[in-house]
Order: sequence, then C-alpha cells, then structure tokens
Amino acid sequence: MEQAIAVTVPDRSRLLDAEKLRFQRRKATNAFMTFLVTALTAISVSALFVIIGYILIQGFSSIDLNFFTQEPKPSGELGGGIVDAILGTVEMLAVGSIVAVPLGLGTAIYLAEFGEGGLAEVIRLVLDMLAGVPSIVVGIFIWATVVRTTGSFSGLAGALGLAFIMMPIIARSVEEILRLVPDTLREAGLALGTPRWRVTLRVVIPTVMPGIATGVILAMARASGETAVLLLTALGNNFVNTDLSQPMSAIPVRAYNYAISAFEDYHRQAFASMLVLVIVIAVFSAAVRIFTGRVRYES
Amino acid sequence: MAAIPQTSQPAIAGQQRGDQYFALILRICSLVGVLLLVGLILILFVDSLEVIGKFGIKFLTGSDWNPVAGLEEFGALPYIFGTVVTSIIALLLATPLALGAALFVSEYAPRWLANPVAFLVELLVAIPSVAYGIWGLFVLVPIMRDHVDPFLQNTIGRLPIVGALFPRDGLVIGQDLLTAGVILTIMILPTILSISREIISQVPRLQKEGMLALGATKWEMLSTAILPYARGGIVGAMMLGLARAFGETMAVTLVIGNSSSAITPSLFTPGYTISSAIANQFAEADTSLYFSAVVGLGLILLFVSLVFNFIARLLVKRLTRMPGGGKA
Amino acid sequence: MNREMTMAGATTTAAADVKARELETRNLTAYYGKTLAVEGVSIRYQANQITAMIGPSGCGKSTVLRCLNRMHEVIKGAYATGEVLIDGDNIYSSSADPVRIRRRIGMVFQKPNPFPTMSIYDNVLAGVHLNSGKQRGVDYDQIVESALHSVALWDEVKDKLRQSGMALSGGQQQRLCIARAIAVEPEILLLDEPCSALDPIATLKIEELLQDLRKRFTIVLVTHNMQQAARVSEMTAFFLADERRVGRLVEISPTTQIFTRPQDKRTEDYISGRFG
Repeated sequence: MEQAIAVTVPDRSRLLDAEKLRFQRRKATNAFMTFLVTALTAISVSALFVIIGYILIQGFSSIDLNFFTQEPKPSGELGGGIVDAILGTVEMLAVGSIVAVPLGLGTAIYLAEFGEGGLAEVIRLVLDMLAGVPSIVVGIFIWATVVRTTGSFSGLAGALGLAFIMMPIIARSVEEILRLVPDTLREAGLALGTPRWRVTLRVVIPTVMPGIATGVILAMARASGETAVLLLTALGNNFVNTDLSQPMSAIPVRAYNYAISAFEDYHRQAFASMLVLVIVIAVFSAAVRIFTGRVRYES
Repeated sequence: MAAIPQTSQPAIAGQQRGDQYFALILRICSLVGVLLLVGLILILFVDSLEVIGKFGIKFLTGSDWNPVAGLEEFGALPYIFGTVVTSIIALLLATPLALGAALFVSEYAPRWLANPVAFLVELLVAIPSVAYGIWGLFVLVPIMRDHVDPFLQNTIGRLPIVGALFPRDGLVIGQDLLTAGVILTIMILPTILSISREIISQVPRLQKEGMLALGATKWEMLSTAILPYARGGIVGAMMLGLARAFGETMAVTLVIGNSSSAITPSLFTPGYTISSAIANQFAEADTSLYFSAVVGLGLILLFVSLVFNFIARLLVKRLTRMPGGGKA
Repeated sequence: MNREMTMAGATTTAAADVKARELETRNLTAYYGKTLAVEGVSIRYQANQITAMIGPSGCGKSTVLRCLNRMHEVIKGAYATGEVLIDGDNIYSSSADPVRIRRRIGMVFQKPNPFPTMSIYDNVLAGVHLNSGKQRGVDYDQIVESALHSVALWDEVKDKLRQSGMALSGGQQQRLCIARAIAVEPEILLLDEPCSALDPIATLKIEELLQDLRKRFTIVLVTHNMQQAARVSEMTAFFLADERRVGRLVEISPTTQIFTRPQDKRTEDYISGRFG
C-alpha cells in the first residue's frame, strides 16, 4: 500500500479564517429559512381555519328544524328549508353508489387478483385518467348521453354523473387495499382445493371489508359535494321530488344557486347549506376513522 | 404480487369454469372504465365537430366569442388565457406554501406536531369546491377589493413593467383573475403538499446524515441533499396541482367575474376560465353551433387535463413507491 | 508491532497544525423518545489512539458513537443526557453548537454514502466547501490529492476525478467517504462499522489506513467483528444490553488484555463465542 505522503497545505489558515467569517452568515441563513418554513406552514394551516370557521359561524344560526324539513320559499320570502335538496342528495348518492360500487369493486378485484399484464396497466392508467376528468366535463358527457336522449334533466342522470366520479376512486382505493392482503392467505385457500373465485369472494374480500367500506364512504363524501356535474344533469327543483326521471335538487347545487342570487336570505341559507354539507363530510370521515383508525382524503 | 398461475389450480372442470366466468365478469367490469373514457372522448369530439369544422384553428386562437345568431364568432383564447393565468397564479403561490409545509412536517417539526399539521392542511381537500366558491364570494372578494388590491396597486403597481399586472387606473371590483388565482391556490395546496411530503420522506437517510456529519446546517442539508433529489417528484406534484386547477369550476366561477375579457395584463380584470365559461353558458347554448362551441371548450379542457395527469403520473410514479405494499 | 515501526519514520506536517484531541464521556445516557437506549456510559478515548467499541447487536455501541458528534439527536425524538468532553469542553452544554461540533468530528457510516450528484473531486471537497466556501487562491487540487493519498485511493482515481463517485467499488466508495471526512481536518474520527458492507480485501485495506490515520486523529471505531478490533485498536470497550434492553459499558481495557484476560465474565463469554 502506498505510503501516506504528507502534503503541506499552507492554505489551511485561509480556509480557517474564511470558515469563521462564513459561520455567522450560515447560521443566519439557517435561522431565516426555519422562520420562513414555519411561516409558510402557518399560513397554510390558517387557510383551513379561516374557511371552516367562516362557514361554521355564518351557517350555524340558520340551522334549525325548519331548515331540515321545509321546502324552499319563493324568492324574497324569508325562511324555508332545503329538505328537497337533502333528499335529492341522499337519493342520487344512493343510486350512484349502486352503480359505482359493483363496477369499482369488480375492477379493483380484477386488477389486484389477475392484474399483471399489459391490459391491467392500461386499465390502471384509464382509471387515473378518469379520476382526473374535470367534473364539468363529466356533466357534458352525461348530458349528451342521458339527458339528451331522454329529453329531460333527471335525478337518474345526476346519479349516473356521480357514479362516473365515484367509480375510479373506489376502484383505486380498493385495489390498494386488496394488494395489502398477503398472498399466503390466498394460497392457503387454494391449497385446500377451493376454486379461485371462491377464495376471492369468501376469504380475501371479507378480510378487507372495513377497508372497502372506507373507500366507498370516502368516494361518497367526495360526491356529496359535487356541483358542476349536477348542474348539467339533475339541474334542480324547488320542491321535494323523489322521481328519478325528473330534475332533482341537491345540497351543493342549491347552495350555489342561492349564493349567486340577489337575496340576502338566500345567502344566509347558502351558508347554512354549506355547513350541512361540511358536517355530512365530517361525519363520513369520522365513520372512516372508526373503521380504519386513520383518515385519508381523495383529491 | 403475482397472479397465481393456472397450473397450480386443481384440474376439476366445474371449478375451472367457475373461475373462468369469474375472471370474465371482472374483466367486463374493468372494461367499463375503458369504455367510459373512450366514450367520453368520442362524444365530446363528435359534438364539437361543428364548431371545429367552421372555425378550425381559430377556435383556439381567436379572441372573439360572440354567440349572437348570425354574427357567431367562437374564439376561445380569452377563456384559455383566463385558465392559464389563474392556474399559474395558483401554482406560483401554492408551491412555496406547500413545499414549506412539507419541509416543516418532514424535517422541522417534532412528531407530535407534524402529524396534526399535515392532517389539517390535507383536510383542505375534503372541502367541496362550491364551499370554497361561496367563501370566496362573500369573504375573499371583499378583502381583495378593499385591502389587498389597493395595496398591490400602490406597491407593485408603481413599478415599471411588472406594474401592468396591478394597474392603478381602472376599477377594482374584487371579482377578477387574481382572486380566482388565490382561491385556486388554497385548493391545490394540499395536493402539492401530500405528494411532496411523500417524495421528501424517501430521500435516503444516509445522504442527509452524510451532509450533517460534515457540519452542514439544517437548511444546507435540505438544499443540497433533499431538494435536488426530490426535484422531479415535486415537479410532478406541481403538475398534478396544475391539472386540478385547470378543471376547477365552481370555486372559480363564483369569484372570477364571468364577463368577457379582453386579454390584458391586468390581473384585476374579471374574466372566464374554460370551465367557468362552460358552467355559465351551457344552459344558454340554444343553437347547435353555440352548443358545439361549448362542448368544444369541454374538449379542450379534457385534453389538457388528460395530458397533465398523464405526465404528472409518470413523474410521480417513478419516484414514489407503488400504492400498497404487496407481499406479506 | 512492525507496522508501527515503519510508520514512525513518516512525518506528517499537516498533523502538526491540528492536534488530535482526547474525548471523554461522563455518564452518557441516550433515549429514543421515551425508550432508554444506553445508560451511564463513561469512557475516555485517548488522543491518537484507536478505541474499538464491540458488543452484540442492540448493545448500544452505535448509539454511543452517534452521541459523540451529536448525530443521535438528528433522529426525531431522540436525545442524550450526560457530558461529552473534548479536551474538557462539554459538547452538550447549552452554549455548544451541534453544527460546529460535527465539523470538528468526522463520521464514516456503515454503508458508503458518496453524494450521488457530485464528482469524486467534489465529494472530497464537500465538507471543505460547506464550511469555508470557495476561496480564491487556495490550492484545492492539493487538498484533494492529499486526502486521497491518505486513504490510498489517489492512484486508483487520479485519472477520473471528475467522474461520479458512484462509479467506484464499495471499498473505494468507503475510502472516498473517509477522504471526505478527513479533508476538513477534524480532530476526531468516528467510524460506524465501516467495513460491514465490504468484502474482506477492501476491509483489510481500510484497516491498514486506519493505522496510518491514527497518527493524525483520535479514532473511535464501532465494529461487530472482534478480530478487527483485535487487529486495529489499542483500547477496546465492550458493551452489552441488560435484561431491560438498556445498553451499558461492561468493560474497557487495552486490546491486548481484553482478548486474553478479560476482567468481566460477560466479556469473556462474548469473546469466546458463547453468545453474540
């Protein structure tokens, strides 16, 4: 091995001097960046409080039993409620889920259990693309396919629009959950002679039921706030309507229409509707937390 | 995880058939998604053929949008402009906020603080778009109009060149491109944050500690070990945020003013984005050409969203783990 | 030993500038959050000597090492109490700055970690530039050459200094990391199982150069390889985790003694392979 050759480095003293000079500046830069990072974080966090706080304060006083049970009053008249919008949202979410959940589940199971080939990758890509379609574009699509052919805006069209939005969310999150199931579980079932489909339905799925429920609930939470798609499909109504073939109200659409109106009382009710919506979403998220112990939001 | 090979299954005819039906049903389910996407693109394309046929490239480059029968002009440039400007504002404002918060949560904050903070910021994603819009209309717009905009007019507005963004002459009404940009900032902030967090957490500990052991300050370590390493993923996060900003409708339409804009550098002009234009004009499109134009806007929006989503997905997937763990 | 005699002839003027210092811990106790990891460690590391720290995994030797340059607290929630003194100055005093301390104490990690975006040349100078910037009129080439000579890497890389550090073999990368650590002329050098990811030949090379580096630095070496400790160090400290998984110093003795006549029965059990 080569000898360790001593090389004199007379510049060392210059380096040491430079070091001393730079040190204070480095510390100052570091302290400033710490401050900056903290400040940026504080601003980001405060955004949440500002918005939710405002909705809470403005909407709170308007929430009473009447609000939940009455139909809207004609413009300008005080009072009235959003019972039609609540019922409409519930019904369209339910119908939308009936469509979206099986499709989403089926896709997720396919991807997780059979999905290693090129087709699976294509489907995953497609799902990501679908999830990224702006909801107003979904509205155009459903309008062109459902509303135009049936001749009227309808709750069904709205439900289908919601299903379009929910399906990729459900498919992606359920696939993720299914992938977490260890193969040993599947192999154990197969080793007993059980056919593949039975193993999946009777062994794998029940294991992750809470996770699946989570995915579905989160998708519903997201869909409950959807407005743009409903504007073009379900349109909205002024009275309670549970007939899917007719226009149907929804909470976010009602809030939007009230907000852009000229009437102060409608504005008040818009805030209250927002509060109701936020509470609904919060309840969904709390339900998720009970299931899984953690909360994750789909963006 | 691998698909279990067929050969390991018992060769009992009935069971195999059961499995085949099962796989078939599932495959059909999955193809529905593909059908939807293809159908979406097709229908939008077909329905906008009329306006594309009549105006061609001018649909994108023309700056006149006049639906009046007989005098129709459909140039979407002002809407494209509005979308681009508001989205860029949102990206410029949201990225430092999101990066700062991501660094804070990953590197600065103690564990008991980091998780709640991350949770709170990511909670922003759960707020529906229309709620942002309503808050924006009644809270942000007055604040911008009465405080922020005049401030900007008096400071940056005085500078040459850059001052054209915040001109001192002209009316400030609060509902304008700038306010829409601010609302979008808050909305895309959590998107950029959560991906950046994941990326930052994947920088190998050895690299970070190697820097620190040489006597680096925390910031020096971050800027030399983490940020260069995470750069690609952060760009992917930004693109996803941008994609989200493009498609936002309800929040934007409530605060952007929705009046035809000349294309000016002033951020105080009210305008449209592509999505807010669709939302406002869809119901009013009474002629087939007008309707085709609105659908054409949708087609533009769809195309841009898909492209950005695709690129962002590539960038992020390369640098983060695939979702789910897999093996036991 | 022969090695010492041949080395005695070579003088190193660089060493005259920076005196290697004595390091001492007093009642060093380290926590990961609420979990107590090591307790009551008091050791004196003599100047210009190699002190090895050995023990089975989980005994806390790496934790103690990381406390010596205040890297332990980099992990979220981790902290240490007690004193660590460099020539009498407590690095854990409230007025002490971890950044300054880490600059004076070099560290080499278990797996080589050259900076991937930098060339070999820049890697060696990474610490130098960090601390003193880029000064005009300083012969950085000389610093790089001297550092690479000290780790016996110069001949192997002198024609590819501008290439990425990742292009080297594991053993070369680790020597590069040592060169990077010593280029800033620290007073103390800490090595955390530096050879555990390397093949036997690379290991031997590093053991050889540690013997040379001892002339210039105080060296603390954590190793899971008893033979390595026996070959390389003057003093050896043996650690063990007690029944509550808290690491403690069992014995510290001159190396020649600890492997032939250990004072503690537990040391003897470990050395004779009864466990660990």
